[in-house]
Amino acid sequence: MNDATSSSRSASAPAPPASSSRPPASPALDTTRRRRRRYDPKELGLAALFLGPSIAVFATFYYLPFFRLLSWGTFKQVRGGQSYRSVGLEQYREVLTGQDFRAGLGHSVMYVLYTVPIGLVLGILLAVAAHRRLKGIKVFQAIFSSTLASSVAVSSVIFFFVFNPTVGYFQVNWRNEKSMALFAAALPSIWQNLGLAFVIVLAGLQAVPDEVLEAARLDGYGPMRRLFRITLPLISPVLLFLLVVLVIFGFQAFAQIELTTNGGPAGASETLVFKIFRLNQDYGVGSVMSVGLFFVTLVVTFMQFAILDRRVHYGDA
Amino acid sequence: MAGVIFDGVSKFYDDVAAVSDLDLVVEDGEFMVLLGPSGCGKTTALRMIAGLEEISAGKLSIGGRVVNDVDPAQRDISMVFQSYALYPHMTVHRNIESPLLVRSYHVDGPDSPARKLTRDERTERVLEAAQVLGLEPYLKRKPAALSGGQRQRVALARAFVGRPQVFLMDEPLSNLDAKLRAQTRIELVELHARVGTTIVYVTHDQVEAMTMATRVAVMAMGRLQQVGTPQEVYQRPVNTFVAQFIGTPPMNCLDGVVASDGSISVGAGSLAVPSGLSTRLEAGRKVVVGVRPEHLEFTTDASGSSVPAEVRAVEWLGHECLVSAQVAGQPLIVRLAGMATNEVGSSVNLSAPAGDLHLFDPDSTERLD
Repeated sequence: MNDATSSSRSASAPAPPASSSRPPASPALDTTRRRRRRYDPKELGLAALFLGPSIAVFATFYYLPFFRLLSWGTFKQVRGGQSYRSVGLEQYREVLTGQDFRAGLGHSVMYVLYTVPIGLVLGILLAVAAHRRLKGIKVFQAIFSSTLASSVAVSSVIFFFVFNPTVGYFQVNWRNEKSMALFAAALPSIWQNLGLAFVIVLAGLQAVPDEVLEAARLDGYGPMRRLFRITLPLISPVLLFLLVVLVIFGFQAFAQIELTTNGGPAGASETLVFKIFRLNQDYGVGSVMSVGLFFVTLVVTFMQFAILDRRVHYGDA
Repeated sequence: MAGVIFDGVSKFYDDVAAVSDLDLVVEDGEFMVLLGPSGCGKTTALRMIAGLEEISAGKLSIGGRVVNDVDPAQRDISMVFQSYALYPHMTVHRNIESPLLVRSYHVDGPDSPARKLTRDERTERVLEAAQVLGLEPYLKRKPAALSGGQRQRVALARAFVGRPQVFLMDEPLSNLDAKLRAQTRIELVELHARVGTTIVYVTHDQVEAMTMATRVAVMAMGRLQQVGTPQEVYQRPVNTFVAQFIGTPPMNCLDGVVASDGSISVGAGSLAVPSGLSTRLEAGRKVVVGVRPEHLEFTTDASGSSVPAEVRAVEWLGHECLVSAQVAGQPLIVRLAGMATNEVGSSVNLSAPAGDLHLFDPDSTERLD
């Protein structure tokens, strides 16, 4: 059981590094191959020495498990998990077009839509509000970023009690309402995303030159216009990064859901990751879903880059 | 167009006065340079005109209107920043157009109500500004694709496009290389002659002040020291600070004492009293004698007004020669046309025409007339 859980998680968890670490890794290998003739063996040895550890780590903990996962997906569980039978790609077709995967994906997408925009917007607003030279502003900056420092479990439990039908500050029973359960599970994520967005946007704001904003003031730009026409475009690389990371976090969210709704009521808040976790007795289907989640995350991430990258302004020379 | 009047204007940061009690009248159409070392308050004064700094005390008016509490955008001014402060994510065209987008202008004459420009009017103005500053080929580029000089022109175009009453410039040439700086100085003067708008220009570079200004306001430690034409501040500095801040190398200032015969003894020698001096000098009074390096000359006649000096170094700069010497332990510099023949360590006699000597009070540092 332990094994299955870790393997299915390994597909979902390292998905972000996959897209970012793969491209740099292969060109590095290419150059060593191309330059082999021009470099003496001593330098090659040195290169191997430096590259070796990271290649070993990636191979052991990422590439190898990922290929194992791909192959597990081709085995179907028979006789109640007593043994497995190779079925080729049939299981992939079955699961990825099945009702369970589609429902899980739908919930995952909803979860992302709940957590990312609200967390991002609130984080930006707080960062803009806290980005000024006032006495004691550091205290507020520390408070706003504190959600980042609390663990998923802590924030989930906080919200569990804040929105609790009997002892809560807000006595609502969202966790047991089909339409609200997923949103209830999203609250701790929103709260945590807010802190992350706050910290990163605040750092981005420090890099916006004062003189540019002053020039905009003289040009007659009001505060809102300055925010939308000058500040946000200038920190757009930071915003793109945040968007990508938060979307990936959203697809991967697990503990929030387990602690808040445990997938209920009646599976109404079962996201893909949660379904994979519940399938931990069935390596085959779990592997296929993990691979499916990996590619969904990959495609969504690539799409964000493809669509938004043109609008992002990367620094002045 | 309009003038700018500082009436007892001060700026305090906590207890520190960045600008104290500034009284300065910038005439309509004038090219006024605020000159001083860093930290003298010149940039703060400029930013107060722009409305980017609050005024702690006093009144500031632009075009006869007190603007202490007027929003920067409503002051009808524009500013060129030291870093140019272009919008890096916008094209050159959009950068120049920016002041026209939001602000309203009295386009239909000064008495008709201000309104926003139409798209065609904006484009026309942008193209005109781009043409004046030679930016037409670059309108579609982003600032990152421009050289420093081109970016500086974009900043100028953005400042000029709204045809404001006053242009403010905060060391706009300091990021350019020496050659481009010299060229841009001339272009700025031409541009000023062409549009005739009041310019308030901040710099620590006295060459920029001397070459471009109608008048120069020399500041130090938050206080105005002297206002005058470049000739006035050079030829009649009001105190030793101005005397030594303006001019490269600066004016030599030597400690002297009024002798019983009315001359001023400096070290073992003596110098004549400046002509036309109305201050009565009692014998024994301590004074500071100021003399510009180019007014000193070597003399063989040790009997008249001259001071003995020892040559310490000779620097030949091509078109001139700077001789560093020492008079009674005090350093001074002599500027000579051509090549000096003096050897290091040799003794010389220096003299200067009485009309080119300046006297200052050693305690107040003020000029004695």
